[in-house]
Amino acid sequence: MASDAAPHFSSRDAVVCRGVGKTWAAGTKRAHEALRDVDLDIAPGEFVVFLGPSGCGKSTLLYLISGLEDATEGKTWSFGDLVETPSPQRSLIFQETSLFPWLTVWQNVSFGLAIRGASQDERRAVAAEALQRVGLSAAIDKRPDELSGGMRQRVAVARALAMRPKVLLMDEPFAALDVQTRARMQDFLLDVWRDSGASVLFVTHHIDEAVALADRVVVFTSRPGRIKTIMPISLPRPRNLFSREAEALRIQLTELLRDEVDRAFAEQEAIPA
Amino acid sequence: MAVVTRDGDVGAAAGASRPAAVTRLFASMAGLDWLSKVWWMCLSVGLFAGIWELCWALGWADAQLLPPPHIFLSNFGEQGKFFNTATRWQVGNSADEGPSAFESVMITVAATTMRVFVGLVLASVLAISIGVAVRYWHVFDKLVLPTVTLLSPVSPIAWLPVAIFMFGIGNAPAIFMVVVALFFHMVLATIAQIDGVPPNLINVARTMGASKPQIYGRVIVPAILPGMLQVLRMNLFGAWMVVLIAESTGVGYGMGQVIMLARNTFNPSLVFFTIAVIGVLGFSFDWLLRLAQRRLLYWLPDTQEKLRGL
Repeated sequence: MASDAAPHFSSRDAVVCRGVGKTWAAGTKRAHEALRDVDLDIAPGEFVVFLGPSGCGKSTLLYLISGLEDATEGKTWSFGDLVETPSPQRSLIFQETSLFPWLTVWQNVSFGLAIRGASQDERRAVAAEALQRVGLSAAIDKRPDELSGGMRQRVAVARALAMRPKVLLMDEPFAALDVQTRARMQDFLLDVWRDSGASVLFVTHHIDEAVALADRVVVFTSRPGRIKTIMPISLPRPRNLFSREAEALRIQLTELLRDEVDRAFAEQEAIPA
Repeated sequence: MAVVTRDGDVGAAAGASRPAAVTRLFASMAGLDWLSKVWWMCLSVGLFAGIWELCWALGWADAQLLPPPHIFLSNFGEQGKFFNTATRWQVGNSADEGPSAFESVMITVAATTMRVFVGLVLASVLAISIGVAVRYWHVFDKLVLPTVTLLSPVSPIAWLPVAIFMFGIGNAPAIFMVVVALFFHMVLATIAQIDGVPPNLINVARTMGASKPQIYGRVIVPAILPGMLQVLRMNLFGAWMVVLIAESTGVGYGMGQVIMLARNTFNPSLVFFTIAVIGVLGFSFDWLLRLAQRRLLYWLPDTQEKLRGL
């Protein structure tokens, strides 16, 4: 609930949302509420997955936390600072390739440093280090169009890491990849997450992905998006995804999501054509 | 390349129906991309010219009105002299004085090409600047865009008197005509290109803390370049069309003057000769721009190759 009282949270928290809501095209005929009343606390170094049916507002929440979009209700803080504009501390990684096609891999990775006016040598050194962390040192002078989809997403991750973010926001980053590549990318992401120490907020509609990655899974209701439940995943890492516990969690999450998808379908059918 | 290779295959499959030498010729050309392009170009032009020649041979095309290529290209020396429109008709100059036929053609070609080039560069620089400014400053958008849209449909012909009122005769009105004919469309094209920049590229720059000038300079301008080069290529032909209209009135010399002269003296050969020269020039310019496009915009995928495979 959005309350007038001072929010209770520690300034150490990576992300704090209080009563966050978003209505697109507010005040017009096309207005629709994407997100309502989100209260969320995310600890430093925590891996949180946002899970929900398509169009439930989970990506919207990610954009609000990044500062790229403004909330219509409530407020968000990151490490005690009110989120008002985008910040290099909170790097966003998109579903589609968002590399600049006219820059080489290392120029892409060090784009944020170029903006700050860093020297060529410094930029290349930082890019080389970030690329080493994602295992793509060999591709440093390549162009994005010479890389596969998975490699491009790793470059995008390297670009985010080069900014030394405290929060990594990932909007279905592996959705466009094939199943085998995605499994490898999940392992890769866990390695990166472990040695960067950043919190990761990861949006997906894949239950398997949520169970494989998350410390906590935030399950969203369908429109308007609200937090239905927050489920901790206490499986030990590295995870055996074929264990009985993992299977039980997947079934539990499937049940939770099915209600929402059913409700969304019922709503869509109720809309007069 | 793929086409030629396929022809080679067909030739091999057809066996006796095509002489082995021809098949071998096709096969040897498969590796030479540029040669096959030249070959296809010659074939394309040759086919067109051949139909024309055939019409003439059958008596359908009157040589006085529609002289076929072998006629209007044969007396180069005679036609070339007319290109010297600057001094040709001055009092005291005999027809035999002044530059040679070849020099006359070169001078005229250079003059017209210069006008096209300067006009195109000015129009592009102005249009891209204005287009970017329209999206950069909201007030500028509101102030400028309605007028630009209002003036876009105006034909270059309507600007001709304005060009003469403002600049009299000479290079200035011709260049003005080229600029004014291209400028408004190119502004609208620039805006369309900016609106088409993938929002994620802009979002990435924003999350990295880029300021508005940095987003425009480092993301939006490079992102619209491929599209703008395409727009430039399309407008290149427009520039060649307009420059002729501009030159047909009161410019010392130029291809437009030659066309007017040919019209006034009822000289169809000269008309077709000039058309041929313009065609070659326009083709070469387009080829150069495509070359530049491939060099500058190395990251663009080759869709043409995919379409050919359909």
